[in-house]
Amino acid sequence: MKLITAIIRDTQLDAVREALIEADITRITVSRVSGHGQQQGTEIYRGQRVVPNLIPKTKLEIAVNDSFVDITVNTIIKAARSSSDVMGDGTVGDGKIFITPLEECIRIRTNERGSSAI
Amino acid sequence: MKKQNWRKILLFGFFALFATSQALAAEEHAIDSGATAWMLTSTTLVLLMIPGLAMFYGGLVRTKNVLGTMMHSFAAMGVMTVLWISVGYSMCFGSNVLGGWIGWNPDYVFLSGIDTNILAGGVPEYVFSMFQGKFAIITPALIAGAFAERVNFKGYMIFIILWGLLVYNPLCHWVWAEDGFLFNLGANGAIDFAGGTVVHISAGVSGLVAAIYLGARRGYPKTAIEPNNLVMTMIGGGLLWVGWFGFNAGSSISSGLSTAQALTATQAAAAAGALSWMIIEGLHQGKATALGFVSGVLAGLVAVTPAAGVVQPGGAMFLGILASGVCYTFILLKNKLKYDDSLDAFGVHGIGGIVGAIFLTFFIRKSWMEEAAAMVDGGWTLMQQLGVQVSAVLIAIVYAGVLTYILLIVVSKTVGLRSSESSEMAGLDNSYHGERGYGMLNAN
Repeated sequence: MKLITAIIRDTQLDAVREALIEADITRITVSRVSGHGQQQGTEIYRGQRVVPNLIPKTKLEIAVNDSFVDITVNTIIKAARSSSDVMGDGTVGDGKIFITPLEECIRIRTNERGSSAI
Repeated sequence: MKKQNWRKILLFGFFALFATSQALAAEEHAIDSGATAWMLTSTTLVLLMIPGLAMFYGGLVRTKNVLGTMMHSFAAMGVMTVLWISVGYSMCFGSNVLGGWIGWNPDYVFLSGIDTNILAGGVPEYVFSMFQGKFAIITPALIAGAFAERVNFKGYMIFIILWGLLVYNPLCHWVWAEDGFLFNLGANGAIDFAGGTVVHISAGVSGLVAAIYLGARRGYPKTAIEPNNLVMTMIGGGLLWVGWFGFNAGSSISSGLSTAQALTATQAAAAAGALSWMIIEGLHQGKATALGFVSGVLAGLVAVTPAAGVVQPGGAMFLGILASGVCYTFILLKNKLKYDDSLDAFGVHGIGGIVGAIFLTFFIRKSWMEEAAAMVDGGWTLMQQLGVQVSAVLIAIVYAGVLTYILLIVVSKTVGLRSSESSEMAGLDNSYHGERGYGMLNAN
């Protein structure tokens, strides 16, 4: 079992969520976060160009069995990568995906443990 | 003379009557400070309804569209005011031109000729003009509820400019100007005290046409599209209720008996509408929602808008109850038909306005009917007045519907009105304004 944590642009949330549902991955947790990345975000505030110290992003957390890791990751990448450039190569600020091993998973209702609880 | 024209005060015509000859009559009237004070207050109250509407609509959309939706109302305050001062007042309250399609009076352009005018009721014409101008702001802002979350800002601005000029101004002229043809229909005119046809039916029907023309929001009705902040919607609904006292009681353009009658009818209808919506919803779905309560308030207020000057509190309560029942049914019907009138601009304003404008006939004060009968030397029956009301409603529906359809095609083919799929997904706030509504929820 793995825990997939993805930090994406908040504008891409709908696209990613729809793509995941399309790929049959329907159990996710979403939160609004902010932080530093490689992105040098500038924005206009009251007519002045300012560099915000923290950039708002959206965080997805998805616990999956090992066989689902690839499809989940590929789906997120495809939907979250910005296609503002011609090649569709993405731009700085599209986000990151972290995969961590998941020690245990328990369904509270039944006390089931392990991969069947995911 | 005040006594003779008392009925006319009720129908708004009093000042429009003098509007044509006001240049000559300018110095003849003294200021009535009581009436002026109430009209200044009313003007302010109607202006307060627009931020109220912004909050009401703003709370009902998703987080990513909250600012864009509120801007639909706020931007109308800017653009419609400028239009009103430049040509709107002249087109609405000038004398008939182009066969009575609109009015025109060069003195009213940029309000240049009314600097020292005082109307017959003792109210400066500036006050009357500003009061009327607020109605011209809120009407296009109401339409925005029908196509929320899916229009581009530039297209919206062009659309409301054209809509204000070509739909609102002519309708306002027909119904409220002294020489407007609906004002003179039948014995004593079509009854539209504060804007049932001009404001609510025209906005509601235009909204319906626009919602169908532009198509549903992405994912509607399959994806859950839930309100981001019902607390804000409740505050907005409260502001609308308070502001409506200016809207209706101010429409007497005086401060006296007719003001009191309109104010009481307004409160009665709003409360009855809210209560009956709660009961209907409670029986139908098992829970009385907060959104249902404010929807009922609005349905009642909309229905009493055309009627406030001619019905007594009992009739106003009945109109409120009826409007809630019919609007509730229509919203259920909308869900079946699957067109996306996102915030029920047609379901509440269109339907509520139609119910009010037609059914008010059965609750008209005796004295109004006697007056009407006296004006045509002979009988004037409820059925005849019903005919007048139905024709006024049908004219408003057809005119607003057809013109809106044409304007939608024009705007869509030129600047574009519907958002692109990517802007719609990213949200109006980010796509058109470069801002976030709830930035404070993030660490910075």
